Amino acid sequence: MGEAVRAYGLIAAMWIRSTMTYRTSFVMTTLGNFAATGFDFVTILLMFSHVDALGGYSLPEIAFLYGTTSTAFGLADLVMGSMDRLGRRVRDGTLDTLLVRPVPVLAQVAADRFALRRLGRISQGLLVLGYGLANLDVGWTAAKVAMVPLMLLSGGAIFASVFVAGGAFQFWAQDASEVQNSFTYGGNTLLQYPPSIFAKDLVRGVTFVVPLAFVNWVPSLYVLGREDPLGLPDWLAFLPPLVAAVCCGLAAQAWRVGLHSYRSTGS
Amino acid sequence: MRLYAVVAAGGFRRYATYRVATAAGVFTNTVFGLIVAYTYIALWDERPRLGGYDLPEALTYVWLGQALLMTCAMMGGGFEDELIERIRTGDIAIDLYRPADLQLWWLAGDLGRAAFHLLGRGIVPMVLGSLAFDLVFPASPLTWLAFFVSVALGVVVSFAVRFLVALSAFWLMDGAGVMQICWLATLFFSGMLLPLNLFPGVLGEVARALPWSSLLQVPADVFLGKHTGWSLVQAYAFQAGWAVALLAAGRALQRVATRRVVVQGG
Repeated sequence: MGEAVRAYGLIAAMWIRSTMTYRTSFVMTTLGNFAATGFDFVTILLMFSHVDALGGYSLPEIAFLYGTTSTAFGLADLVMGSMDRLGRRVRDGTLDTLLVRPVPVLAQVAADRFALRRLGRISQGLLVLGYGLANLDVGWTAAKVAMVPLMLLSGGAIFASVFVAGGAFQFWAQDASEVQNSFTYGGNTLLQYPPSIFAKDLVRGVTFVVPLAFVNWVPSLYVLGREDPLGLPDWLAFLPPLVAAVCCGLAAQAWRVGLHSYRSTGS
Repeated sequence: MRLYAVVAAGGFRRYATYRVATAAGVFTNTVFGLIVAYTYIALWDERPRLGGYDLPEALTYVWLGQALLMTCAMMGGGFEDELIERIRTGDIAIDLYRPADLQLWWLAGDLGRAAFHLLGRGIVPMVLGSLAFDLVFPASPLTWLAFFVSVALGVVVSFAVRFLVALSAFWLMDGAGVMQICWLATLFFSGMLLPLNLFPGVLGEVARALPWSSLLQVPADVFLGKHTGWSLVQAYAFQAGWAVALLAAGRALQRVATRRVVVQGG
Protein backbone atom coordinates (compact mmCIF):
# COMPACT_ATOMS: atom_id res chain seq x y z
CA MET A 1 0.00 0.00 0.00
CA GLY A 2 2.77 2.44 1.04
CA GLU A 3 4.72 1.41 -2.01
CA ALA A 4 1.72 2.11 -4.25
CA VAL A 5 1.21 5.58 -2.79
CA ARG A 6 4.92 6.38 -3.22
CA ALA A 7 4.88 5.20 -6.83
CA TYR A 8 1.73 7.20 -7.48
CA GLY A 9 3.40 10.31 -6.04
CA LEU A 10 6.49 9.89 -8.19
CA ILE A 11 4.54 9.39 -11.42
CA ALA A 12 2.19 12.27 -10.62
CA ALA A 13 5.13 14.57 -9.84
CA MET A 14 6.68 13.67 -13.17
CA TRP A 15 3.49 14.61 -15.03
CA ILE A 16 3.18 17.86 -13.08
CA ARG A 17 6.75 18.80 -14.08
CA SER A 18 5.99 18.02 -17.71
CA THR A 19 2.77 20.07 -17.57
CA MET A 20 4.60 23.02 -16.05
CA THR A 21 6.90 23.16 -19.06
CA TYR A 22 4.01 24.82 -20.89
CA ARG A 23 2.71 27.18 -18.22
CA THR A 24 0.38 29.21 -20.46
CA SER A 25 -1.24 26.05 -21.74
CA PHE A 26 -1.64 24.83 -18.14
CA VAL A 27 -3.34 28.06 -17.05
CA MET A 28 -5.63 27.98 -20.12
CA THR A 29 -6.71 24.37 -19.67
CA THR A 30 -7.27 24.85 -15.91
CA LEU A 31 -9.47 27.87 -16.62
CA GLY A 32 -11.21 25.85 -19.34
CA ASN A 33 -11.81 23.06 -16.83
CA PHE A 34 -13.19 25.60 -14.37
CA ALA A 35 -15.54 27.07 -16.99
CA ALA A 36 -16.62 23.70 -18.41
CA THR A 37 -17.66 22.34 -15.04
CA GLY A 38 -19.27 25.69 -14.18
CA PHE A 39 -21.81 25.30 -16.99
CA ASP A 40 -23.77 22.85 -14.87
CA PHE A 41 -24.28 25.54 -12.27
CA VAL A 42 -25.07 28.15 -14.94
CA THR A 43 -27.87 25.81 -16.06
CA ILE A 44 -29.20 25.73 -12.51
CA LEU A 45 -28.98 29.54 -12.30
CA LEU A 46 -30.89 29.82 -15.60
CA MET A 47 -33.55 27.51 -14.17
CA PHE A 48 -33.79 29.70 -11.07
CA SER A 49 -34.35 32.74 -13.27
CA HIS A 50 -37.80 31.19 -13.85
CA VAL A 51 -38.56 29.57 -10.47
CA ASP A 52 -37.91 30.17 -6.76
CA ALA A 53 -37.60 26.52 -5.81
CA LEU A 54 -36.89 23.24 -7.57
CA GLY A 55 -38.38 20.12 -6.02
CA GLY A 56 -39.00 22.22 -2.90
CA TYR A 57 -35.34 23.18 -2.56
CA SER A 58 -34.07 26.78 -2.61
CA LEU A 59 -31.06 27.93 -4.63
CA PRO A 60 -28.62 27.93 -1.64
CA GLU A 61 -29.75 24.40 -0.74
CA ILE A 62 -29.14 23.19 -4.30
CA ALA A 63 -25.81 25.05 -4.29
CA PHE A 64 -24.91 23.05 -1.17
CA LEU A 65 -25.77 19.76 -2.91
CA TYR A 66 -23.97 20.89 -6.06
CA GLY A 67 -20.86 22.09 -4.20
CA THR A 68 -20.49 18.94 -2.12
CA THR A 69 -20.82 16.48 -5.00
CA SER A 70 -18.70 18.56 -7.40
CA THR A 71 -15.86 18.88 -4.91
CA ALA A 72 -16.01 15.21 -3.92
CA PHE A 73 -16.14 14.18 -7.59
CA GLY A 74 -13.34 16.62 -8.39
CA LEU A 75 -11.11 15.03 -5.74
CA ALA A 76 -11.77 11.56 -7.16
CA ASP A 77 -11.24 12.83 -10.71
CA LEU A 78 -7.92 14.42 -9.74
CA VAL A 79 -6.60 11.21 -8.19
CA MET A 80 -8.28 8.51 -10.33
CA GLY A 81 -9.53 10.34 -13.44
CA SER A 82 -7.09 8.53 -15.73
CA MET A 83 -8.74 5.15 -15.11
CA ASP A 84 -10.92 5.49 -18.19
CA ARG A 85 -7.83 5.19 -20.37
CA LEU A 86 -7.43 1.60 -19.27
CA GLY A 87 -9.66 0.23 -22.03
CA ARG A 88 -7.39 1.76 -24.66
CA ARG A 89 -4.33 0.24 -22.99
CA VAL A 90 -5.98 -3.18 -22.98
CA ARG A 91 -6.89 -2.80 -26.68
CA ASP A 92 -3.51 -1.66 -27.93
CA GLY A 93 -1.47 -3.88 -25.62
CA THR A 94 0.48 -1.09 -23.89
CA LEU A 95 -0.76 -2.39 -20.53
CA ASP A 96 1.94 -5.07 -20.82
CA THR A 97 4.63 -2.43 -20.27
CA LEU A 98 3.11 -1.61 -16.90
CA LEU A 99 2.90 -5.26 -15.84
CA VAL A 100 6.63 -5.86 -16.02
CA ARG A 101 7.51 -2.88 -13.83
CA PRO A 102 8.05 -3.57 -10.10
CA VAL A 103 5.31 -1.08 -9.15
CA PRO A 104 1.60 -1.78 -8.48
CA VAL A 105 -0.32 -1.60 -11.77
CA LEU A 106 -3.22 0.32 -10.24
CA ALA A 107 -0.90 3.12 -9.09
CA GLN A 108 0.62 3.32 -12.58
CA VAL A 109 -2.71 3.38 -14.41
CA ALA A 110 -4.26 5.91 -12.01
CA ALA A 111 -1.28 8.27 -12.05
CA ASP A 112 -0.86 8.02 -15.83
CA ARG A 113 -1.13 11.52 -17.35
CA PHE A 114 -1.90 12.97 -13.93
CA ALA A 115 -3.63 16.24 -14.80
CA LEU A 116 -3.28 19.08 -12.33
CA ARG A 117 -5.71 21.11 -14.48
CA ARG A 118 -8.46 19.07 -12.82
CA LEU A 119 -8.01 21.45 -9.89
CA GLY A 120 -10.32 23.62 -12.01
CA ARG A 121 -13.26 21.34 -11.19
CA ILE A 122 -12.44 21.26 -7.45
CA SER A 123 -12.12 25.03 -7.17
CA GLN A 124 -15.39 25.51 -9.03
CA GLY A 125 -17.13 23.08 -6.68
CA LEU A 126 -15.67 24.76 -3.61
CA LEU A 127 -16.76 28.17 -4.88
CA VAL A 128 -20.39 27.06 -5.30
CA LEU A 129 -20.22 25.27 -1.93
CA GLY A 130 -18.97 28.51 -0.35
CA TYR A 131 -21.89 30.39 -1.89
CA GLY A 132 -24.31 27.77 -0.59
CA LEU A 133 -22.86 27.77 2.93
CA ALA A 134 -22.91 31.57 3.10
CA ASN A 135 -26.59 31.73 2.16
CA LEU A 136 -28.02 28.67 3.90
CA ASP A 137 -30.49 29.12 6.70
CA VAL A 138 -29.33 26.26 8.92
CA GLY A 139 -28.95 25.94 12.69
CA TRP A 140 -25.33 24.87 12.71
CA THR A 141 -24.20 22.37 15.36
CA ALA A 142 -20.73 20.90 15.84
CA ALA A 143 -21.91 17.66 14.22
CA LYS A 144 -23.28 19.50 11.18
CA VAL A 145 -20.10 21.52 10.75
CA ALA A 146 -17.94 18.39 10.97
CA MET A 147 -20.22 16.67 8.47
CA VAL A 148 -19.17 18.97 5.61
CA PRO A 149 -15.46 18.02 5.31
CA LEU A 150 -16.38 14.43 6.17
CA MET A 151 -18.79 14.35 3.21
CA LEU A 152 -16.20 15.70 0.81
CA LEU A 153 -13.57 13.10 1.75
CA SER A 154 -15.92 10.10 1.99
CA GLY A 155 -17.67 11.20 -1.19
CA GLY A 156 -14.34 11.49 -2.96
CA ALA A 157 -13.47 7.95 -1.84
CA ILE A 158 -16.85 6.59 -3.02
CA PHE A 159 -16.41 8.20 -6.47
CA ALA A 160 -12.78 6.95 -6.57
CA SER A 161 -13.97 3.39 -5.99
CA VAL A 162 -16.45 3.82 -8.88
CA PHE A 163 -13.54 4.89 -11.09
CA VAL A 164 -11.52 1.80 -10.06
CA ALA A 165 -14.48 -0.56 -10.48
CA GLY A 166 -15.13 0.98 -13.90
CA GLY A 167 -11.47 0.45 -14.77
CA ALA A 168 -11.70 -3.20 -13.68
CA PHE A 169 -14.81 -3.62 -15.85
CA GLN A 170 -12.79 -2.55 -18.89
CA PHE A 171 -10.55 -5.61 -18.61
CA TRP A 172 -13.55 -7.45 -20.05
CA ALA A 173 -15.43 -4.77 -21.92
CA GLN A 174 -12.43 -2.96 -23.45
CA ASP A 175 -14.16 -0.19 -25.41
CA ALA A 176 -17.10 0.38 -23.07
CA SER A 177 -15.54 3.23 -21.12
CA GLU A 178 -18.73 5.25 -21.66
CA VAL A 179 -20.61 3.00 -19.24
CA GLN A 180 -18.24 4.26 -16.58
CA ASN A 181 -19.17 7.86 -17.50
CA SER A 182 -22.80 7.10 -16.64
CA PHE A 183 -21.84 6.35 -13.06
CA THR A 184 -19.12 8.98 -12.61
CA TYR A 185 -20.22 12.05 -14.58
CA GLY A 186 -23.84 10.91 -14.59
CA GLY A 187 -23.76 10.28 -10.84
CA ASN A 188 -22.25 13.70 -10.27
CA THR A 189 -25.01 15.37 -12.34
CA LEU A 190 -27.68 13.38 -10.49
CA LEU A 191 -26.41 14.40 -7.05
CA GLN A 192 -26.37 18.09 -8.01
CA TYR A 193 -30.18 18.04 -7.79
CA PRO A 194 -32.33 17.25 -4.74
CA PRO A 195 -33.47 13.62 -4.33
CA SER A 196 -37.09 14.83 -4.09
CA ILE A 197 -37.31 15.38 -7.86
CA PHE A 198 -36.35 11.82 -8.88
CA ALA A 199 -38.47 8.67 -9.02
CA LYS A 200 -38.31 6.67 -5.77
CA ASP A 201 -36.87 3.61 -7.56
CA LEU A 202 -34.01 5.67 -8.92
CA VAL A 203 -33.26 7.03 -5.43
CA ARG A 204 -33.41 3.48 -4.04
CA GLY A 205 -31.00 2.33 -6.74
CA VAL A 206 -28.36 4.92 -5.91
CA THR A 207 -28.80 4.30 -2.17
CA PHE A 208 -28.69 0.51 -2.00
CA VAL A 209 -27.16 -0.72 -5.28
CA VAL A 210 -24.54 1.85 -6.31
CA PRO A 211 -24.40 3.82 -3.03
CA LEU A 212 -23.81 7.24 -4.61
CA ALA A 213 -26.51 8.72 -2.35
CA PHE A 214 -23.98 8.55 0.51
CA VAL A 215 -21.72 11.03 -1.33
CA ASN A 216 -24.03 13.90 -0.46
CA TRP A 217 -27.78 13.18 -0.51
CA VAL A 218 -28.01 11.23 2.75
CA PRO A 219 -25.64 13.44 4.83
CA SER A 220 -27.07 16.63 3.26
CA LEU A 221 -30.59 15.78 4.36
CA TYR A 222 -29.23 15.74 7.91
CA VAL A 223 -27.33 19.04 7.52
CA LEU A 224 -30.28 20.76 5.84
CA GLY A 225 -32.79 19.26 8.26
CA ARG A 226 -34.86 17.65 5.50
CA GLU A 227 -37.05 14.57 5.43
CA ASP A 228 -35.59 11.56 3.65
CA PRO A 229 -37.83 10.77 0.64
CA LEU A 230 -37.38 7.04 1.34
CA GLY A 231 -38.16 7.49 5.04
CA LEU A 232 -34.73 6.25 6.10
CA PRO A 233 -33.54 6.92 9.69
CA ASP A 234 -31.36 9.92 10.60
CA TRP A 235 -28.33 7.99 11.80
CA LEU A 236 -27.62 6.88 8.21
CA ALA A 237 -26.15 10.36 7.73
CA PHE A 238 -23.10 9.26 9.73
CA LEU A 239 -22.41 6.21 7.56
CA PRO A 240 -20.52 7.78 4.60
CA PRO A 241 -17.02 6.91 5.92
CA LEU A 242 -18.07 3.29 6.42
CA VAL A 243 -19.78 3.12 3.02
CA ALA A 244 -16.64 4.61 1.45
CA ALA A 245 -14.42 2.00 3.12
CA VAL A 246 -16.65 -0.87 1.95
CA CYS A 247 -16.77 0.54 -1.61
CA CYS A 248 -12.99 0.87 -1.75
CA GLY A 249 -12.59 -2.71 -0.53
CA LEU A 250 -15.02 -4.05 -3.16
CA ALA A 251 -13.42 -1.98 -5.92
CA ALA A 252 -9.95 -3.24 -4.97
CA GLN A 253 -11.27 -6.80 -5.12
CA ALA A 254 -12.83 -6.19 -8.54
CA TRP A 255 -9.55 -4.71 -9.74
CA ARG A 256 -7.59 -7.79 -8.60
CA VAL A 257 -9.99 -10.18 -10.33
CA GLY A 258 -9.92 -8.05 -13.48
CA LEU A 259 -6.15 -7.87 -13.59
CA HIS A 260 -5.83 -11.66 -13.12
CA SER A 261 -8.18 -12.33 -15.99
CA TYR A 262 -6.16 -10.08 -18.30
CA ARG A 263 -4.77 -11.72 -21.41
CA SER A 264 -2.56 -9.62 -23.62
CA THR A 265 -3.64 -8.79 -27.16
CA GLY A 266 -1.15 -11.27 -28.58
CA SER A 267 -0.32 -9.00 -31.47
CA MET B 1 -19.76 12.95 -56.59
CA ARG B 2 -19.41 9.14 -56.56
CA LEU B 3 -16.13 9.54 -54.70
CA TYR B 4 -17.75 11.52 -51.88
CA ALA B 5 -20.58 9.01 -51.61
CA VAL B 6 -17.98 6.28 -51.10
CA VAL B 7 -16.21 8.40 -48.45
CA ALA B 8 -19.52 8.99 -46.66
CA ALA B 9 -20.30 5.27 -46.71
CA GLY B 10 -16.82 4.67 -45.32
CA GLY B 11 -17.48 7.12 -42.50
CA PHE B 12 -20.69 5.27 -41.67
CA ARG B 13 -19.05 1.85 -41.70
CA ARG B 14 -16.09 3.01 -39.67
CA TYR B 15 -18.23 3.99 -36.69
CA ALA B 16 -20.52 0.99 -37.16
CA THR B 17 -17.50 -1.21 -36.35
CA TYR B 18 -17.50 -0.19 -32.70
CA ARG B 19 -20.52 -2.16 -31.53
CA VAL B 20 -19.63 -2.43 -27.84
CA ALA B 21 -18.73 1.26 -27.68
CA THR B 22 -22.05 2.12 -29.35
CA ALA B 23 -23.99 0.01 -26.85
CA ALA B 24 -22.09 1.67 -24.00
CA GLY B 25 -22.90 5.06 -25.51
CA VAL B 26 -26.59 4.22 -25.77
CA PHE B 27 -26.54 3.33 -22.07
CA THR B 28 -24.89 6.64 -21.19
CA ASN B 29 -27.29 8.68 -23.35
CA THR B 30 -30.21 6.94 -21.65
CA VAL B 31 -28.88 7.58 -18.14
CA PHE B 32 -28.27 11.27 -18.85
CA GLY B 33 -31.65 11.52 -20.58
CA LEU B 34 -33.32 10.14 -17.44
CA ILE B 35 -31.52 12.53 -15.08
CA VAL B 36 -32.20 15.62 -17.21
CA ALA B 37 -35.82 14.57 -17.77
CA TYR B 38 -36.49 14.55 -14.01
CA THR B 39 -34.94 18.00 -13.60
CA TYR B 40 -37.21 19.28 -16.40
CA ILE B 41 -40.24 17.71 -14.71
CA ALA B 42 -39.37 19.61 -11.50
CA LEU B 43 -38.95 22.81 -13.50
CA TRP B 44 -42.16 22.47 -15.54
CA ASP B 45 -43.98 21.45 -12.37
CA GLU B 46 -43.30 24.96 -11.05
CA ARG B 47 -43.86 26.74 -14.37
CA PRO B 48 -46.12 24.87 -16.79
CA ARG B 49 -45.74 25.97 -20.43
CA LEU B 50 -42.31 27.46 -19.76
CA GLY B 51 -40.71 28.67 -22.99
CA GLY B 52 -43.88 27.81 -24.89
CA TYR B 53 -43.49 24.05 -24.29
CA ASP B 54 -45.86 21.87 -22.35
CA LEU B 55 -44.31 19.08 -20.26
CA PRO B 56 -44.46 16.29 -22.90
CA GLU B 57 -42.84 18.69 -25.40
CA ALA B 58 -40.12 19.62 -22.91
CA LEU B 59 -39.40 15.95 -22.21
CA THR B 60 -39.29 15.21 -25.93
CA TYR B 61 -36.76 18.03 -26.22
CA VAL B 62 -34.56 16.27 -23.61
CA TRP B 63 -34.47 13.00 -25.55
CA LEU B 64 -33.94 14.79 -28.88
CA GLY B 65 -30.91 16.40 -27.24
CA GLN B 66 -29.53 12.97 -26.34
CA ALA B 67 -30.27 11.68 -29.85
CA LEU B 68 -28.50 14.60 -31.53
CA LEU B 69 -25.56 14.92 -29.08
CA MET B 70 -23.33 12.55 -31.04
CA THR B 71 -25.02 13.16 -34.41
CA CYS B 72 -24.05 16.84 -34.31
CA ALA B 73 -20.79 16.01 -32.44
CA MET B 74 -21.68 18.54 -29.74
CA MET B 75 -18.98 17.28 -27.40
CA GLY B 76 -16.47 16.60 -30.16
CA GLY B 77 -15.66 13.06 -31.25
CA GLY B 78 -15.89 13.76 -34.96
CA PHE B 79 -13.21 14.13 -37.62
CA GLU B 80 -11.53 17.15 -36.02
CA ASP B 81 -9.08 15.26 -33.75
CA GLU B 82 -7.78 13.34 -36.74
CA LEU B 83 -7.50 16.40 -38.99
CA ILE B 84 -5.60 18.33 -36.29
CA GLU B 85 -3.27 15.37 -35.83
CA ARG B 86 -2.62 15.23 -39.59
CA ILE B 87 -1.88 18.96 -39.65
CA ARG B 88 0.46 18.65 -36.67
CA THR B 89 2.42 15.72 -38.12
CA GLY B 90 2.48 17.12 -41.66
CA ASP B 91 0.48 14.22 -43.11
CA ILE B 92 -1.91 16.88 -44.37
CA ALA B 93 0.51 17.41 -47.28
CA ILE B 94 -0.45 13.97 -48.58
CA ASP B 95 -4.16 14.86 -48.37
CA LEU B 96 -3.54 17.95 -50.45
CA TYR B 97 -2.04 15.84 -53.27
CA ARG B 98 -5.19 13.77 -53.54
CA PRO B 99 -7.46 14.51 -56.49
CA ALA B 100 -10.24 15.41 -54.05
CA ASP B 101 -11.29 18.62 -52.37
CA LEU B 102 -10.08 18.69 -48.75
CA GLN B 103 -13.22 20.25 -47.27
CA LEU B 104 -15.68 18.09 -49.22
CA TRP B 105 -13.67 14.97 -48.41
CA TRP B 106 -13.94 15.53 -44.65
CA LEU B 107 -17.56 16.72 -44.94
CA ALA B 108 -18.56 13.51 -46.71
CA GLY B 109 -16.89 11.39 -44.01
CA ASP B 110 -18.54 13.43 -41.26
CA LEU B 111 -22.00 13.06 -42.85
CA GLY B 112 -21.50 9.29 -42.84
CA ARG B 113 -20.47 9.42 -39.16
CA ALA B 114 -23.51 11.56 -38.31
CA ALA B 115 -25.89 9.19 -40.11
CA PHE B 116 -24.53 6.26 -38.12
CA HIS B 117 -24.79 8.07 -34.79
CA LEU B 118 -28.37 9.17 -35.52
CA LEU B 119 -29.34 5.52 -36.02
CA GLY B 120 -26.93 3.96 -33.54
CA ARG B 121 -27.18 6.34 -30.63
CA GLY B 122 -30.40 8.21 -31.34
CA ILE B 123 -33.18 5.69 -31.85
CA VAL B 124 -32.77 3.37 -28.85
CA PRO B 125 -32.51 6.12 -26.17
CA MET B 126 -35.51 7.83 -27.79
CA VAL B 127 -37.55 4.61 -27.64
CA LEU B 128 -36.50 3.97 -24.02
CA GLY B 129 -37.34 7.58 -23.18
CA SER B 130 -40.81 7.18 -24.69
CA LEU B 131 -41.39 4.08 -22.54
CA ALA B 132 -40.48 5.96 -19.35
CA PHE B 133 -42.18 9.27 -20.14
CA ASP B 134 -45.04 10.66 -22.16
CA LEU B 135 -43.34 12.02 -25.31
CA VAL B 136 -44.84 13.63 -28.41
CA PHE B 137 -43.99 12.30 -31.87
CA PRO B 138 -44.91 13.98 -35.16
CA ALA B 139 -48.13 12.59 -36.58
CA SER B 140 -47.38 13.54 -40.16
CA PRO B 141 -44.61 11.88 -42.21
CA LEU B 142 -43.98 15.35 -43.66
CA THR B 143 -42.93 16.61 -40.22
CA TRP B 144 -40.52 13.69 -39.91
CA LEU B 145 -39.09 14.56 -43.32
CA ALA B 146 -38.81 18.23 -42.35
CA PHE B 147 -37.01 17.18 -39.17
CA PHE B 148 -34.43 15.04 -40.98
CA VAL B 149 -33.69 17.88 -43.42
CA SER B 150 -33.17 20.21 -40.45
CA VAL B 151 -30.86 17.67 -38.74
CA ALA B 152 -28.82 17.34 -41.94
CA LEU B 153 -28.44 21.12 -42.12
CA GLY B 154 -27.45 21.13 -38.45
CA VAL B 155 -24.76 18.52 -39.08
CA VAL B 156 -23.34 20.63 -41.93
CA VAL B 157 -23.23 23.73 -39.67
CA SER B 158 -21.55 21.68 -36.94
CA PHE B 159 -19.04 20.35 -39.49
CA ALA B 160 -18.30 23.84 -40.83
CA VAL B 161 -17.53 25.15 -37.32
CA ARG B 162 -15.31 22.19 -36.44
CA PHE B 163 -13.51 22.47 -39.79
CA LEU B 164 -12.59 26.07 -38.95
CA VAL B 165 -11.43 24.99 -35.49
CA ALA B 166 -9.31 22.17 -36.94
CA LEU B 167 -7.68 24.48 -39.49
CA SER B 168 -6.56 26.77 -36.66
CA ALA B 169 -3.99 24.05 -35.94
CA PHE B 170 -2.04 25.31 -38.96
CA TRP B 171 -1.18 28.33 -36.81
CA LEU B 172 -1.43 26.98 -33.25
CA MET B 173 -0.07 23.45 -33.86
CA ASP B 174 -1.91 22.33 -30.72
CA GLY B 175 -5.67 22.37 -31.17
CA ALA B 176 -6.64 21.35 -27.60
CA GLY B 177 -7.43 24.84 -26.28
CA VAL B 178 -9.52 25.94 -29.26
CA MET B 179 -11.35 22.62 -29.36
CA GLN B 180 -12.27 22.96 -25.71
CA ILE B 181 -13.63 26.47 -26.26
CA CYS B 182 -15.51 25.17 -29.30
CA TRP B 183 -17.33 22.40 -27.49
CA LEU B 184 -18.08 24.66 -24.52
CA ALA B 185 -19.70 27.16 -26.89
CA THR B 186 -21.52 24.32 -28.65
CA LEU B 187 -23.01 22.87 -25.46
CA PHE B 188 -24.08 26.27 -24.21
CA PHE B 189 -25.44 27.84 -27.39
CA SER B 190 -26.97 24.77 -29.04
CA GLY B 191 -29.65 24.51 -26.37
CA MET B 192 -28.19 21.29 -24.95
CA LEU B 193 -28.12 22.63 -21.36
CA LEU B 194 -31.54 24.24 -21.51
CA PRO B 195 -33.80 25.23 -24.43
CA LEU B 196 -32.66 28.61 -25.77
CA ASN B 197 -36.25 29.88 -25.37
CA LEU B 198 -35.56 29.84 -21.62
CA PHE B 199 -32.45 32.03 -21.84
CA PRO B 200 -33.35 35.47 -20.52
CA GLY B 201 -33.37 38.74 -22.51
CA VAL B 202 -30.48 39.69 -24.74
CA LEU B 203 -28.57 36.49 -23.93
CA GLY B 204 -31.49 34.54 -25.37
CA GLU B 205 -31.70 36.68 -28.50
CA VAL B 206 -27.97 36.35 -29.14
CA ALA B 207 -28.00 32.60 -28.44
CA ARG B 208 -30.86 32.04 -30.89
CA ALA B 209 -29.08 34.04 -33.63
CA LEU B 210 -25.74 32.19 -33.36
CA PRO B 211 -24.98 29.21 -35.63
CA TRP B 212 -25.06 26.66 -32.80
CA SER B 213 -28.84 26.93 -32.42
CA SER B 214 -28.98 25.02 -35.75
CA LEU B 215 -27.62 21.94 -33.98
CA LEU B 216 -30.43 21.23 -31.54
CA GLN B 217 -32.86 24.10 -30.92
CA VAL B 218 -34.01 24.43 -34.55
CA PRO B 219 -34.30 20.69 -35.37
CA ALA B 220 -36.11 20.09 -32.04
CA ASP B 221 -38.61 22.86 -32.80
CA VAL B 222 -39.19 21.39 -36.26
CA PHE B 223 -39.79 17.97 -34.65
CA LEU B 224 -42.24 19.51 -32.17
CA GLY B 225 -44.14 21.19 -35.02
CA LYS B 226 -43.24 24.74 -33.94
CA HIS B 227 -42.08 25.55 -37.47
CA THR B 228 -44.57 25.00 -40.25
CA GLY B 229 -45.19 26.75 -43.56
CA TRP B 230 -43.38 30.06 -43.86
CA SER B 231 -41.77 29.65 -40.44
CA LEU B 232 -40.20 26.37 -41.60
CA VAL B 233 -38.78 28.10 -44.67
CA GLN B 234 -37.27 30.75 -42.39
CA ALA B 235 -35.77 28.08 -40.09
CA TYR B 236 -34.20 26.32 -43.08
CA ALA B 237 -32.91 29.64 -44.44
CA PHE B 238 -31.32 30.38 -41.05
CA GLN B 239 -29.55 27.01 -40.96
CA ALA B 240 -28.56 27.03 -44.61
CA GLY B 241 -27.33 30.62 -44.34
CA TRP B 242 -24.97 29.75 -41.51
CA ALA B 243 -23.89 26.58 -43.31
CA VAL B 244 -22.98 28.46 -46.48
CA ALA B 245 -21.27 31.33 -44.64
CA LEU B 246 -19.19 29.04 -42.42
CA LEU B 247 -18.29 26.65 -45.24
CA ALA B 248 -17.14 29.65 -47.31
CA ALA B 249 -15.05 30.90 -44.38
CA GLY B 250 -13.53 27.43 -44.04
CA ARG B 251 -12.73 27.40 -47.75
CA ALA B 252 -11.03 30.80 -47.54
CA LEU B 253 -9.03 29.72 -44.50
CA GLN B 254 -8.12 26.47 -46.22
CA ARG B 255 -6.65 28.43 -49.13
CA VAL B 256 -4.51 30.56 -46.82
CA ALA B 257 -3.49 27.53 -44.75
CA THR B 258 -2.54 25.49 -47.81
CA ARG B 259 -0.21 28.23 -48.90
CA ARG B 260 1.43 28.02 -45.48
CA VAL B 261 2.12 24.33 -45.96
CA VAL B 262 3.85 25.01 -49.26
CA VAL B 263 5.92 27.81 -47.71
CA GLN B 264 7.04 25.54 -44.88
CA GLY B 265 7.84 22.79 -47.35
CA GLY B 266 5.19 20.45 -45.93
